[in-house]
Amino acid sequence: MSEEIIKAEELTKVFNKHLTAVDHVNFNVKHGEVFGFLGPNGAGKTTTINMLITILKPTEGKASVLGFDIEKQNNDVRNVIGVVPQEYTADEDLTGLENILLCADLYGIPRDVAKERAADLLKLVELTDFKDKKVQTYSGGMRRRLELACGLINRPKVLFLDEPTLGLDVQTRTATWNYIRMLKKEYGMTLFMTTHYLEEADALCDRVAIIDHGKIVVVGTPEELKHSLGGDVITLSIKENADVSDLIHTVEHVKEVKNENGSYRIKAEYGEATAPFIIETLRRKGYTVTKLSMTEPTLNEVYLEYTGKSMRDTEESAEAFRTQRMTMRRARA
Amino acid sequence: MSRLNEHHPSRLHGIWALTKRELKKWLKEPIILLMAILQPVIWMGLFGKAMNIGNMFSSGNFGNINIPDIQLPGYLLNPPYMAGNVTIPSAILTQGFQQMLSNNIGPSVMQNIFGVKDYFSYMSVGMISFIVMFTTMFSGMSIVWDRRLGFLNKVLSTPVSRGAIIFSKVLNASLRAMFQATIILALAAAFGLQLSSTFSVVNILGIYAAVFLLCLGLSSVFLALALRSTKWETQMAIVNLINLPLMFASNTFFPISQMPDWIQTIARVNPISYLTDAIRQLTILPLDASSLMYDFTFLGVFAVTFAIIGIALSWRYLTK
Repeated sequence: MSEEIIKAEELTKVFNKHLTAVDHVNFNVKHGEVFGFLGPNGAGKTTTINMLITILKPTEGKASVLGFDIEKQNNDVRNVIGVVPQEYTADEDLTGLENILLCADLYGIPRDVAKERAADLLKLVELTDFKDKKVQTYSGGMRRRLELACGLINRPKVLFLDEPTLGLDVQTRTATWNYIRMLKKEYGMTLFMTTHYLEEADALCDRVAIIDHGKIVVVGTPEELKHSLGGDVITLSIKENADVSDLIHTVEHVKEVKNENGSYRIKAEYGEATAPFIIETLRRKGYTVTKLSMTEPTLNEVYLEYTGKSMRDTEESAEAFRTQRMTMRRARA
Repeated sequence: MSRLNEHHPSRLHGIWALTKRELKKWLKEPIILLMAILQPVIWMGLFGKAMNIGNMFSSGNFGNINIPDIQLPGYLLNPPYMAGNVTIPSAILTQGFQQMLSNNIGPSVMQNIFGVKDYFSYMSVGMISFIVMFTTMFSGMSIVWDRRLGFLNKVLSTPVSRGAIIFSKVLNASLRAMFQATIILALAAAFGLQLSSTFSVVNILGIYAAVFLLCLGLSSVFLALALRSTKWETQMAIVNLINLPLMFASNTFFPISQMPDWIQTIARVNPISYLTDAIRQLTILPLDASSLMYDFTFLGVFAVTFAIIGIALSWRYLTK
């Protein structure tokens, strides 16, 4: 078996001839790892996944899953992958078990095998007691688990998860993370997931690709990415209305200063030791520090570093927003 | 590399799995099922019984018609010839006219215009076409929801054939329509449908065949339409715009021969007319093999042409 489970070369998708959703993306996913696509809504994550799971044709470039070309051998790809979509796709009018068996039918799995696997999967996602209840009555977390069970019915070698915890509460999210960790550990499954939650990428992924405006900005393990920032981040504000970037820069160990609307993001080595010097320097020149915080680098800092904007500020496309809202509404129902 | 999955779904397996899902959904919603049965009952009651066209020609409706005296020149009479005029009194003429009416002139007029003696039989059979058309047009709409809720994408990521996805929808529409056709026919029979002497149980298979052909053509087109319109409202608007005009510009409620020329032109290319005629031939009319053949040929050509267009458009959408 090839070490590279997923391989994408210059993968590109252009909608309506001018809207470039995914822009010449290159990456590969190794056997047994959890690979995460991190980016805001509308960054091209779902479009990338849709190309890899063969429901969208790339405009340019190519990709393969387990050596099968996603365009020329799309049916082979479909046979070896499992998909857990962003939306709740289970049929609400059917029961949990009926939904799983429907998925099994779509893969052509014989009924007796399907029933056995369905029982195992229902146990795995702890839905055995609810298997004969209509999906309408399920909570958001239960639905997500049912989607997971459906995605595993064909014993996939690669599982694709699109925003697996969107709209879930904190507890359910943590539970979902545990399922994902277990799949990796117990079954040695390769997972490809997208998320716009930094803590999710940090908690689950072996490697993360940060994607913004359809382009991959950086790829690496969460640790590598954090380390690449080279130091801690000190954020401070002063009372006075003046630009003191240059002044802060004169302090020893300060590597970089950015003024973001009166709030300074300072990158410095030995943050704990440097911070007092910065305050002292500013005080001597007559400035008053009103706020100061220090963070060891998180993926958020990485994200900020590479995309130039905070995760929270990114605006969402109307379509993504609508879909998300709909998913959330169904999660709450 | 060896094949990693031992199972490969056959085309039929996929079609059946997806059709079963739709039918299950349908059966699990008793209200929709009940509506599907009630709707034709109400329509048959309202149209078939309220529009009592046969009764228009009964004597009661002509009670106030007086035929004036008629004067004849005496020489017209058989011998013995008479000079001057002979008057036939109004009373005798009116009485004669009333007698003629009570001697079932109504059914004869009906027979000449509608081909059957009672309007209820005529329209209740037309009702089958009506329901078939409605069911078919709306059934494509479910794919709009499948797409919006992500179900379609999930199915597309499985090895099930794209053709199976399209065909299961078409099949579902046809099965629903056939079910409703059966209900209407049974109800109509209970309410006094007068079957012709050529009717036999085998004819019911013919009705199913005709219904299936219309469904195949119509639902393929409406499925393609549903896939391409992003909102179900669009589909609703289109269906509402064309369904009643299509219905009235056909022989469903009234014979084409009585319509103005321009409507006749529409009615003669309207597939609804051919389905209705085929069903009438198979139930209430004395079976005329050549016109039945003609109906089936038209329906067949319609079904194949529109199914090809519809399926090609859907296919292109699903493999974009």
